[in-house]
Amino acid sequence: MRAGLLGLAGLLAAGAAEAETLVVSLSFSRLAVTSTYTGSSPAVFGAIERDGQAAARAGAYDIVVTIRGPRQSLTVREKQALGPLFVNRDQQKFGDVPSFLAVLASRPLPEIADPETRARLRLGLDAIVAAPGLTLARGGAEDPFREALLRLRRAERLFVENEAGVRFLSPAVFRTGAALPATAPVGAYDVEVTLLAGGVPLARESARFDLVKAGFEQQMASFARDWSLPYGLATGVLALLSGWLASVIFRRD
Amino acid sequence: MRRSDNRVVLAVQFYLPIAEMPVSVLMLLGLGAAVGFISGVFGIGGGFLMTPVLIVMGIPPAVAVATQGAPIVASSTTSVLAALRRRAIDLRLGLVLVGGGLVGSALGVWFFAALRRAGQLDLFITLAYVTLFTVVGGLMLVEVLRGLWARRGGRAAPVRLGRDHPPYMGWPLRMRFPRSRLYASVIPILGLALFVGFAGAVLGIGGGFIMVPALLYLLRVPTGVVVGTSQFQILWTTLVALVLHAVQNQAVDIVLAVILIAGGVFGAQFGARAGRNLRADTFRLLLAALVLAVDLRFILELTLRPAEPFSIVVAEGR
Repeated sequence: MRAGLLGLAGLLAAGAAEAETLVVSLSFSRLAVTSTYTGSSPAVFGAIERDGQAAARAGAYDIVVTIRGPRQSLTVREKQALGPLFVNRDQQKFGDVPSFLAVLASRPLPEIADPETRARLRLGLDAIVAAPGLTLARGGAEDPFREALLRLRRAERLFVENEAGVRFLSPAVFRTGAALPATAPVGAYDVEVTLLAGGVPLARESARFDLVKAGFEQQMASFARDWSLPYGLATGVLALLSGWLASVIFRRD
Repeated sequence: MRRSDNRVVLAVQFYLPIAEMPVSVLMLLGLGAAVGFISGVFGIGGGFLMTPVLIVMGIPPAVAVATQGAPIVASSTTSVLAALRRRAIDLRLGLVLVGGGLVGSALGVWFFAALRRAGQLDLFITLAYVTLFTVVGGLMLVEVLRGLWARRGGRAAPVRLGRDHPPYMGWPLRMRFPRSRLYASVIPILGLALFVGFAGAVLGIGGGFIMVPALLYLLRVPTGVVVGTSQFQILWTTLVALVLHAVQNQAVDIVLAVILIAGGVFGAQFGARAGRNLRADTFRLLLAALVLAVDLRFILELTLRPAEPFSIVVAEGR
């Protein structure tokens, strides 16, 4: 485990002294969605461990934390004029887009790394959305459909970027957190922490948490899925009984 | 501290297990009551009002279309029971309509799937709505205004529209519907039910707002019987659709259904009472205005330059 981590860090650093390792911990690993759920704010804690023999670094450490929700495939459509009408004309399919995406950094991303490094490591919303694998169409960051995806998801607060979201509690200990809106879907969330210094990636560590329905919500969801006919009939009978009950209550004549 | 407590009470949030989002319970109760009221007045299901509002609130379209059937079943049950007590229902005609409607729904579901495979389903639906609403609403409005004009001119409005029966009533397979004072061929009646069931399944609506004017103007059924009979047909086709949606798409949210039903049954009661006090031509004028108002909304959506031309559709099927 530790060897693998060091290997990964070495790969990322590509020749730079692999003296640092990351330790990451989440405030919870399983988050229950109950009937009063209105969103949550998972917190991420981390510590940077330094090898004693490593030379001291000139610059300060930078941290970028990326939280990714369950993947979705989706279609972005554009309405265009067709005579007097505005109708959906062009569309672009995206195969593998996180349903929730939060990028939290200790400094503005352009100061942390150059565009090439950010693109390679997928640091920042722009870099993630411009990634070639996201959709088959070419065009990179100038693609209007990618721009629209970013703009619409940001407006829903499902994509967020906070360049002052990571706070150092001491030179080697940091914490961060993201507001998960209630519309963020249930499923597995990946948390990826990247350590950089002077524009050079030093280490990368990941963790995950699960957002799961619990109690009544969970029972109803599995009832609807596994017993769909009784569930449908129950809903129908419920509606019929309510209608009958109302006519009894409100009967005047 | 106290202020934030009050705010929590005012906006009771509940997380919906199938729609997977929290909603304001009071807002949904209000929506249910408003649609129930309109449904009670006019004898229509109200799905064509409920579904778009639910989608605007952020409920996934599949869940909105599937679940809005539940409050419609509840409010139409109440209406049918009330109509039965007042004998303001033609069960015989209702059963023929249910029969034709179910076949039409099945055809509509099949056509819906075919259109979706071909793409451009949204455009087709919006254009179909606009055409249907303009024709139905426009015809009703013209008829009502002509009636009002005739009365102002001093001539008594005809008590019944159907002195001269249109020729299609005399086709073969004639059947007697004593409650509706109707002796007509079942072919146009079944055809009408088939069309309404088909359009309803394709457009995701119950079709009451087509059925009511069609019963009034095409079959010349007396106004007093129209609402009860239409509600009877809506009750059965919507109930079948609700169970089918639960089995096929697993998109019925029972919590959402309960909240909408609770609001809807109250609204429908007051609506039914208000509807009974309406004069026949006022009733028709209001129904025409309602249909044309919804029509206008679709026309604007289609012709105004959208502020945000882009939209995201998440692939269904989990």
